[in-house]
Amino acid sequence: MNYNWDWSVFFKSTGIGSEIYLDWFITGLGWTVALSLSSWVIALLLGTVLGVMRTLPGRFAARFATVYVELFRNVPLLVQLFVWYFLVPDWLPEKLELWFKQDLHPATSAFISVTVCLGLFTAARVCEQVRTGIQALPRGQAMAAYALGLRLPQVYRKVLLPQAFRIIIPPLTSEFLNVFKNSSVASLIGLMELLAQTKQTAEFTANLFEAFTLATVIYFVLNMALMLIMRGVEKRVRVPGLIALGGK
Amino acid sequence: MLHLNDIALRYGAKTVVEHLSLSLAAGQIGCLLGASGCGKTTVLRAIAGFETVREGSIVLGGETVADARRSVPPELRQIGMVFQDYALFPHLDVAGNIAFGLGRLDRAARRARVDELLELVGLTGQGGRYPHQLSGGQQQRVALARALAPSPRLLLLDEPFSNLDVELRERLAQEVRAILKAAGTTAILVTHDQHEAFAVADVVGVMADGHIRQWATPYRLYHEPADRFVADFIGEGTFLPGRIVGAQCIEIELGEICRTVPFGGRPGDVADVLIRPDDIQHDDASPTRARVLAKAFRGAEFLYTLELPSGARVLSLVPSHHDHAIGEAIGIRAEIDHLIAFARGE
Repeated sequence: MNYNWDWSVFFKSTGIGSEIYLDWFITGLGWTVALSLSSWVIALLLGTVLGVMRTLPGRFAARFATVYVELFRNVPLLVQLFVWYFLVPDWLPEKLELWFKQDLHPATSAFISVTVCLGLFTAARVCEQVRTGIQALPRGQAMAAYALGLRLPQVYRKVLLPQAFRIIIPPLTSEFLNVFKNSSVASLIGLMELLAQTKQTAEFTANLFEAFTLATVIYFVLNMALMLIMRGVEKRVRVPGLIALGGK
Repeated sequence: MLHLNDIALRYGAKTVVEHLSLSLAAGQIGCLLGASGCGKTTVLRAIAGFETVREGSIVLGGETVADARRSVPPELRQIGMVFQDYALFPHLDVAGNIAFGLGRLDRAARRARVDELLELVGLTGQGGRYPHQLSGGQQQRVALARALAPSPRLLLLDEPFSNLDVELRERLAQEVRAILKAAGTTAILVTHDQHEAFAVADVVGVMADGHIRQWATPYRLYHEPADRFVADFIGEGTFLPGRIVGAQCIEIELGEICRTVPFGGRPGDVADVLIRPDDIQHDDASPTRARVLAKAFRGAEFLYTLELPSGARVLSLVPSHHDHAIGEAIGIRAEIDHLIAFARGE
């Protein structure tokens, strides 16, 4: 390949004020992080509630959570995003619809759509991990807690969830990283996160290779950093022999 | 204190326990003894509230906690439970485990109660350690302390010693009994090991096929078994055929035995007499000879398997300085204090 790499492109002016192209990447990274963290908060909270519901003795709650999981897991993320961005606002009450479409800044309404979409999509996956984490615990753990006089919410809060979360930190970490990677779908509805900024830079400068290389490096470093943080968390809260202890 | 009235427990269409009744007085330690699969753990779980009672009722301290129509949930029964695998909470330290059921107490009272229990189970000062740092025996004592902490009305122990090695098992069985008696706790133990049952319990129920065959003190189970099954299950021994010769006497190969224990059958009927190893004494002067078929060294004693002239076999416990060779004929004498006999066809 005969290509002249030119890394200085990121420090050239974009022609808009005093901005250089690197600033676009930094802005994009900011959106990506904000989007991913907000989605993750939704996914973790909702996913935990759904995961617990799937393990409850009552039929109704478990069935509801199962339907949720199947629905959100079996429809492509991109389709879900278009539904949230293009269709759902039309179903809102008129006042809310106008507010969403006209009063809000386009970036804000796109941000809300992607956050809800990615949060609910990831919740289905978190739900499954929370469920398997709870089900991996020996039955005696819940029985012991009940026998000591705890009611169901306390049994989950004090015994099952603290242990289940410790077990599922590794798969949960990869789900966390997936949120960051999946957040790139936001570029398709015009939110200027990292991928959108990369594409724009490539188009403006024609330095396609440099732009996408930098984006790759940023995504990679970001995810590695998150992974190392999660590994640290895992080590900190680790209880040796958590699964081995108890046996059955 | 605790009454099980004619209860039935089922898994789907399968009946696990039927027509089971038992009563336990306050402060008493009961035991359900039986082979695995006899339904004993299911009974324990039903008492705790983890299984549904289909017929009959469970009454605890005058309150019906379960019958066919309603069931008090486990968390409201105030029944403590020690699980076979202990089910300690691995993410909490020892003090956290023991304090777990003490949510209603304030901080100071909780700490005082935890210290009290640590002392009771002999783990003073170990409250800060985590379950995985403890030995099996220590984990077991933590499980016991955790279950006792909220002062339950009844304590259930599900095979509490089966994960321990044999030596520790015997010592802990006695310790657990001492702890339960010191705390004045009413308790039910489930085990397949009769030595454990005898070491811990005041009263033992021998279970088979979902029924209690006999509910009695260990001494009576051994010396006055209610039926052939219990006679066979408890202790060692063999049956010798005999002929009933009087109201209270049976003629067997080792002579005529007359005792006050009643048994079924009329004079002339054939009956099987249970001969325990401690019923057969080694006596060089005795004219009755038996040939040594096998021997097991038990330290203080040998357990000899002996063949009588008729070919019938008996066991005999003999002090271990009497070391006889296999094949050798030795003199024996029957010293039967408790006559246990079952008429044929009974």
